[in-house]
Amino acid sequence: MTPASAASAAARADRVLPRRAAARTLRRAASRIGLDVLMVAVALVVLFPVLFALSTSLKTAAEVDRYPPTLWPHVLSPGNYAEALQQAPLPRFLLNSLIQSGVITLGQLATASLAAFAFSFMQFPGRQVLFFLFLATLMIPGEVTLIPNYLTVRTFGWINTYAGLVTPYLATAFGTFLLRQFFMTIPRELQDAARIDGASRRRFLWTIVLPLARPALATLSIYAFLSAWNQYLWPLLVINSTDMRTAQIGLALLQSQEVVAWSLVMAGVVLILVPTVFLFILGYRHVVRGLTAGAVKG
Amino acid sequence: MRSARALVQALVYLVPSFAVFTLFVFYPLVRNAQMSLYETNPFGGLTLFVGTGNYAQLLASPEFLNSLRVTFLFALYTVPAGIAIGLPLALLANRRIRAIGVYRTAYSFTIAVSIAAAALIWEWMLDPNVGILNYLLSVVHGPRIGWLTDPHWALLAIAATTVWKDLGFNVVVLLAALQGVPDELIEAARIDGAGQWAAFRNVVIPAISPALFFIGVVATLGVLQSFGQIHILTQGGPVGSTNVIVYSIYRNAFFNFRFGLAAAQAMVLFALVLILTGLQFTVFERWVTYQ
Repeated sequence: MTPASAASAAARADRVLPRRAAARTLRRAASRIGLDVLMVAVALVVLFPVLFALSTSLKTAAEVDRYPPTLWPHVLSPGNYAEALQQAPLPRFLLNSLIQSGVITLGQLATASLAAFAFSFMQFPGRQVLFFLFLATLMIPGEVTLIPNYLTVRTFGWINTYAGLVTPYLATAFGTFLLRQFFMTIPRELQDAARIDGASRRRFLWTIVLPLARPALATLSIYAFLSAWNQYLWPLLVINSTDMRTAQIGLALLQSQEVVAWSLVMAGVVLILVPTVFLFILGYRHVVRGLTAGAVKG
Repeated sequence: MRSARALVQALVYLVPSFAVFTLFVFYPLVRNAQMSLYETNPFGGLTLFVGTGNYAQLLASPEFLNSLRVTFLFALYTVPAGIAIGLPLALLANRRIRAIGVYRTAYSFTIAVSIAAAALIWEWMLDPNVGILNYLLSVVHGPRIGWLTDPHWALLAIAATTVWKDLGFNVVVLLAALQGVPDELIEAARIDGAGQWAAFRNVVIPAISPALFFIGVVATLGVLQSFGQIHILTQGGPVGSTNVIVYSIYRNAFFNFRFGLAAAQAMVLFALVLILTGLQFTVFERWVTYQ
């Protein structure tokens, strides 16, 4: 393009631009509003099953059986929750789940912190091999260890116990990896300084590394608690007495009765969702970090 | 001498994890492999070495071949759909507008939902008589479908439940990937004259291809290991139409007490998982674009 033709093109653009720019602004505003509406609609569709469960949990038994189904309760019946809590020993199930998930979370925090510390702050022969063994556990699906683990737990007399529920989950390769990634970012100089100050390795871990790693520990806690709370197959196998059931299993059994009282089942669903939804919303940042740890190459 | 001491010191920190892994991952893996070569008694004891007998029996068993077919179909129904629905949602969640955090939370909400809760909610929505899905169908004069009792529909109903349950995870991973695409890259493409669609296809998609691939693998691994939704919704039926591998293992081990045969099935599942993970690390690394 010669300088002259470039100049005339620019002049032409100048004349056309205001009108076209106005049209473009208008079109952009319209498409922005369209997108806003779309986003709300999409959110409602995604959340619909949960909202519908919430609505059903507040309906009377008669309204639940009505056809066509009603979108929201015509008569509010919050008594379903009281009844659901009574019908199955739901408070006991929730307590069991809380103990199970709490112990697994604390256990994973402890074992993963210790292992990650060794892998990031200590030099020892065989470090590579041992770390590889840790990572190898990630490739082994739980199904292939399921039958022997069940037999082991049974041999230990751990059927229907918290020990049977939690022990296989007290260590985590994923959590160790996550914490190690974080520990690696802590400057080596801190370790040297601590050593010069005469602090033992244990004190260095306890008073310097762990406080610094609080965000990573929070990520691991939330991830561990969510996974444990939502477990299904293992608790189904190792528990066969009513009073030791976790909430997930206890709830699934509400549904296997002859006549399903859907308003009660949905009240139960809402109750077991409360802790995880609470954690999810408060710890959204951590949930995202935990889930994407595997996706981001590193 | 010094290195031996260093090892002992490190082991103090590693022993808690290793004790758990040894007892509940490494030992049972070996034990399962061994068990798959034996006939077992109902208490899980090994009674008779049969070599590859259990595997031969599996390959000749219509039930096992059916469970492979069902698992494959299940993957076909859920994995592409999960990405096809997750990607537009992630694109919407990647807009820079006010209160975007609320949308992000809503779109990824199913992460907080357990598989048991998801299955129960869908069972209620799929109820043939008073369920909302059949009502919506009747509004458009569709037929009344026995979602969980009709062998033609049951696996699709399970797949729908699964796609919904996994949607939150897909959105979170894809959103993180989209946020990693530098604005300059897209702007450069637009300056070069690329339209919105062309920029999306030729710049954004290649840039997030590792995440797309990651989701594809994770979703397929998830399908291979699905259990809860099938246990609650269909128990593998009707007529085996939702009898995925894990459910079949569960039945053989804990109802029929054929531990050896179930262990062999678990080894096949393990092989499939390893192949998939291997694929992730080798073949696809090559064509997936990394920045």
